[in-house]
Amino acid sequence: MARHVVAKVDELDIGKSKLVKVAGRDIALFNVKGEFFAIANRCPHEGADLCRGQMVGLAESDEPGQYRMTRHGELVRCPWHGWEFDIRTGKSWCDPARTRVKSFDVSVASGGALVEGPYQAETFPVSIDEDYVVVEI
Amino acid sequence: MNEMIRSLGKESRLSTVGGIDCDLHPASPATTTLLPYLDDYWRETFVMRGVDRLSLAMTSSPAHAPINVRADWRAKSGFAGDTLETVRSQALDPFGTRLAICNVLHGSMIMHSDDMAAALCGAVNEWLAREWLGKEPRLRGSIAVSAQNAELAVAEIEKRADDNRFVQVLILAQNDEPLGRRRYWPIYEAAARNKLPVCIHAGGSNRHAPTATGWPSFFVEAYVAQGSIFESQLLSLVAEGVFHKIPELKVVFAESGFTWLPSFFWRADKTWRGVRAETPWVTEQPSDIVKRHVRFTLQPVEAPLETDALVRTLAHIDCDDILLFSTDYPHAQFEGLNALPAALGETLARKIMIDNPLATYPRIAADFGKEVSK
Ligand code: FES
Repeated sequence: MARHVVAKVDELDIGKSKLVKVAGRDIALFNVKGEFFAIANRCPHEGADLCRGQMVGLAESDEPGQYRMTRHGELVRCPWHGWEFDIRTGKSWCDPARTRVKSFDVSVASGGALVEGPYQAETFPVSIDEDYVVVEI
Repeated sequence: MNEMIRSLGKESRLSTVGGIDCDLHPASPATTTLLPYLDDYWRETFVMRGVDRLSLAMTSSPAHAPINVRADWRAKSGFAGDTLETVRSQALDPFGTRLAICNVLHGSMIMHSDDMAAALCGAVNEWLAREWLGKEPRLRGSIAVSAQNAELAVAEIEKRADDNRFVQVLILAQNDEPLGRRRYWPIYEAAARNKLPVCIHAGGSNRHAPTATGWPSFFVEAYVAQGSIFESQLLSLVAEGVFHKIPELKVVFAESGFTWLPSFFWRADKTWRGVRAETPWVTEQPSDIVKRHVRFTLQPVEAPLETDALVRTLAHIDCDDILLFSTDYPHAQFEGLNALPAALGETLARKIMIDNPLATYPRIAADFGKEVSK
């Protein structure tokens, strides 16, 4: 496991997502209400980029004709066929046990802390005055 | 794939003895036959208006079409199954049928007038009870109702509910609206409350074209279109949340065929995954809901004669609870006594003939229970 700096915190607004490449992998990074999450970018269905999906809430119902929207912005809908994935866990809504994408631990660290390491910035220049998103792979 | 389905296709001629026939058709009664079962208002108006001289049989199952009466079962009258004697000697005795459910396909279910429909349905049901169920202990009945007016349908269901010889509610596949719509829910609730499955039988009002692309020219088109009508109705029931709202409800599709189920399941499940937020009460894939709540009568088996093809289809359906034995008498669906395709194999055939009907029809299961404990 290594920690990789993947973005500056202020690069990714709330409700936005972004593709980052870490250790040869494509990872979809999301900002959900100020918290960052990272899941594998490739949809297990037919391979669409999950980083391009809409961030949506969870639609639920107690009975036909009643609608409830919770967990606003915590799911991503695949841009190709609309399967929903929980951004926090990578599990699909329709088949959570078998259809899922890997999720990665994400943290936010100050440049000062990062300079002390250990971390892998790869091509990413880190400055001590800013905060960074760090993904563990 | 489960064991039972994997071992299919070995036997040749399967015996129907002891089976529960879930779709048998006594001939639709002539209107004059029904007059004694109508109240004095309807009796007099029918005679006054000449309605008694009309056939109120459904145009979607014309009695003279070859497929609707097997040649060796057709009586001189042109009909089949128009007397209890013929039903006994053609449909019950030769097959060794233990019980058979009578679905009377009569135009009463599709009249434009709510009240006339209710009066006629009541008459058909009373006629069935007295002339058939009361005279032949192997027969059970379906409570025919017109789905068009749910309140009147519920009243008819409640009126017959104490008579345990009626084992299900009968409506037709083509109605004014898709059958999942809430206007029909009171019918389903009344049925479930009284431990009656709802049988949805092929045919109907033709108030809409039987194909989604418009009116066809030929009988073959209207007949084959029944499959897609059932597909639409099946998905409507699932998508509108009928089974979520009424979890005890069992629905029986009669004469729907079933070999279309694999592609239906694939398509419905796959599409549901992408748009399920539109119907958030549907929390399982449609095929799982169907396998739990919906049953399909066996005949007509719209499969090629080669055993392998049907075995493969059953494997794709992958649910041995889903079929109910039926002869579909007197419709011409098979020759001789070959109501059970060899592909089923003995074990599954038995399940289809006995276990599945017992699991579907609580009233029949209760009868069996009584016999066993005697
Ligand atoms: S590729 Fe993602 S749902 Fe099809």
